[in-house]
Amino acid sequence: MARFTLNGQTKEVDVDPATPLLWVLREQVGLTGTKYGCGIAQCGACTVHINGEAVRSCSLPVSEAEGKQVTTIEGLAQNGVLDRVQKAWLDHDVPQCGYCQAGMIMAVAALLRAKPKPTDADIDANITNICRCGTYQQVRAAIHAAAASA
Amino acid sequence: MNDMPRIDRRAFLVSSTAAGLALGFQVPFADEADAQALPPEVNAWVVVQPDDTVIIRIARSEMGQGSETGLAQLVAEELECDWSKVKVEYPTPGQNVARKRIWGDYTSTGSRSIRESQEYVRKGGAAARAMLIQAAANEWKVPASECRAANSVITHGPTNRTTTFGKVAEAAAKIEPPTDIKLKDPKDWKIAGKPVKRLDTYDKLIGKSTYSIDVKQPGMLSAAIKASPVHGGKLKSFDAAKIANMKGVRKVVRVGDNAVAVIGDTWYQAKTALEALPVEWDAGENAKVSSATINELLKGGLDADTPFVGNKAGDAKAAIASAAKKVEAVYAYGYQAHACMEPLNATVLYTPDKCEVWTSSQNGEAALAAASEASGLPVGKCDVHKLLLGGGFGRRGRADYVTQAVLVAKEMPGTPVKLLWTREEDMTQDSYHPTTQCRLIGALDANNNLTGLHMRISGQSILAKLAPSRLGQDGRDPVTFQGLNPGGTEGVFGYSIPNLLIDHAMRNPHVTPGFWRGVNNNQNSIYVECFMDELAHAAGQDPLEFRRKLMANHPKHLAVLNAVAERAGWGKPAPQGVFRGIAQQMGYGSYVAACAEISLSNDGQLKLHRIVAGTDCGHAVNPAQIERQVNGSFVYGLSALLYGGITIKDGRVEQENFDSYNVMRISEMPKVDTIIMPSGDFWGGVGEPTIFVAAPAVLNAIFAATGKRIRTFPLSEHNIRTA
Repeated sequence: MARFTLNGQTKEVDVDPATPLLWVLREQVGLTGTKYGCGIAQCGACTVHINGEAVRSCSLPVSEAEGKQVTTIEGLAQNGVLDRVQKAWLDHDVPQCGYCQAGMIMAVAALLRAKPKPTDADIDANITNICRCGTYQQVRAAIHAAAASA
Repeated sequence: MNDMPRIDRRAFLVSSTAAGLALGFQVPFADEADAQALPPEVNAWVVVQPDDTVIIRIARSEMGQGSETGLAQLVAEELECDWSKVKVEYPTPGQNVARKRIWGDYTSTGSRSIRESQEYVRKGGAAARAMLIQAAANEWKVPASECRAANSVITHGPTNRTTTFGKVAEAAAKIEPPTDIKLKDPKDWKIAGKPVKRLDTYDKLIGKSTYSIDVKQPGMLSAAIKASPVHGGKLKSFDAAKIANMKGVRKVVRVGDNAVAVIGDTWYQAKTALEALPVEWDAGENAKVSSATINELLKGGLDADTPFVGNKAGDAKAAIASAAKKVEAVYAYGYQAHACMEPLNATVLYTPDKCEVWTSSQNGEAALAAASEASGLPVGKCDVHKLLLGGGFGRRGRADYVTQAVLVAKEMPGTPVKLLWTREEDMTQDSYHPTTQCRLIGALDANNNLTGLHMRISGQSILAKLAPSRLGQDGRDPVTFQGLNPGGTEGVFGYSIPNLLIDHAMRNPHVTPGFWRGVNNNQNSIYVECFMDELAHAAGQDPLEFRRKLMANHPKHLAVLNAVAERAGWGKPAPQGVFRGIAQQMGYGSYVAACAEISLSNDGQLKLHRIVAGTDCGHAVNPAQIERQVNGSFVYGLSALLYGGITIKDGRVEQENFDSYNVMRISEMPKVDTIIMPSGDFWGGVGEPTIFVAAPAVLNAIFAATGKRIRTFPLSEHNIRTA
């Protein structure tokens, strides 16, 4: 049994505690916004927040989320109001295929919490998610716009 | 397993026999006889609901390239509807077959989604508009010629009466479609040609978009699969008893002759059990193959006697023999993996009476044909529900994973099963960008004019493996000569050289090749454009000026090259330590060029400062999305140049995940400065073309910086890095 808070609600899931959080979210809970890309914490498509910090959920056993606050892309908007990162993404028409973007947005939201006005160097150092469509130029512009909107 | 040709042939049979028609499809709005199977519609392309919501049908696939939005813009433009009320939907391939292929071709490959369907989708929109206007005119008992439509409102000019599309849609659907349809002049476009935002963004930002990996069906099980690590090898045996007691395991099944799958309650359980399953393979002779033996095989082709000739003028060999100066170089380009972010997957519900597939495919009709073939059910009892693609890049044009998913689901009749490849399976069972080598020999006369060029390509044919029916009668693979052709509309060689010979010695290793964004243009442009640079330097001339002299007969190629050179400031001093390289090519109907600006430290630290990219795609349906395609193509192409390289050992692909197959991150992204210069009298593609010129432009800039010519890749093997 694993117990954690997911997007503000308590969740209890009957699952092998070694199961990665990603698969608990996708298969036991049924929230599929968080994506599988590599399974080895390389690509960042599975990024969620745990107690506000960006974590690659494909490589985190659900046991390590025990008792913690987990936020997924589905929980980023509050009461139907987009987070400033999502808003900037919408304004800049960032996604192409979009598959990596949930993880990208979660990584950026955590970065802006830690560094409200990131420089390009901050972005380079902290945003290491893979996008094969190559949205990076739009991602960078949208990060700066989101930072400016705070 | 299934290769393309069987599917292609089958898809053809689907279209010709199921519909009782000859090849080809009807004018899309001419046949409404069996429309009752679908919701009320004005015609096949347009549904208008009473609240004025306009649903535009999209036959092609959306994998990030933006065709869904672009095609909707083209229909909406002719329809004269309110763009803010537009939605899209995908008719299934099964519906297409049932309706005599009313939506035409379903493939999104070769940068052709828009350019090959633009005329009939626009006519679909225009016909619907005429029918809606006629319906309003009938109601008012006035001539239709006195009415006009704009923004989903129909106005009767003389009386200023108005109604909306939604109010007359039902009546319009019963009106005879017009036969004489005049399309708008693109200069009058109000929705098409504009940088409107994509239609599919919002749901992607909140985790609501459904990719095929996200499909849920009641009672669904999940499966993980492993195919022979050596392509062409067979599954010998597996010991299911060893994992029978693992939690969640339902069944272990043989899939075709080369793979084994575990079906489980959850995918993570199935995957975990598969990893513990003892499996024996019969790899066969291919287990002896390595990258070194493949390179030797290709090297032999550089001197082979009986090549296929792709382009010829004068006598290149004689010109070379009598040259004042001879320049020679050998280049090589290796395998690349697609590595779409969404690993391949499909969900299938099979019963003895029906086979339904939910998947992300670049070729819905091939997926349908694969479902029919693998299930043994007639096409009419199968269908494919297309979902968003988490990347395609050519890989999802094949239906091998659909075939597998159907074979797995057949083992569990009545239960939906989702088959998902691991990243490792996705990377080792890919259809790789093919490998080739190229020897180029150029002849300069005493005045340093280029009088002859022989370009010998040796290497792998995609069609020989995936679609042999498309090979020429003599066995040639015309796709090998992309960008090198003497004529046509797809990829014309942009230089006039009096004595020219471009030929191909086909050498096919066992590693499965495939179509990879840009396809053979990727290496052909490196070969030609880097060698042009070598020739220019050998002639003591500026690389741009050297090219210009050879391009007088190719004004469209030249115009894009000139535009890029001007924007980049070619010929003017670059910032201290920054060096430039230039390249041009034509492909998929579009003319493209790039100028890269780089700096390179003595210890190999490469910085990509800026790439100016130009494209003449004839018509620019959505400039904002074209700009994004240009940006993205550079990330895909330069990832291959910097890091990409699938290598073979003991017959197997060595790279399994992003830790050994690196790709560019945001920190490595150059600033891309895009010039969109549509010249208006043709329709070219945009998803791929600019990818060709990124790598040679960067390579030529590296030469400018170092005086060293790099002819094998990736750059990481030359101790050059961007991270």
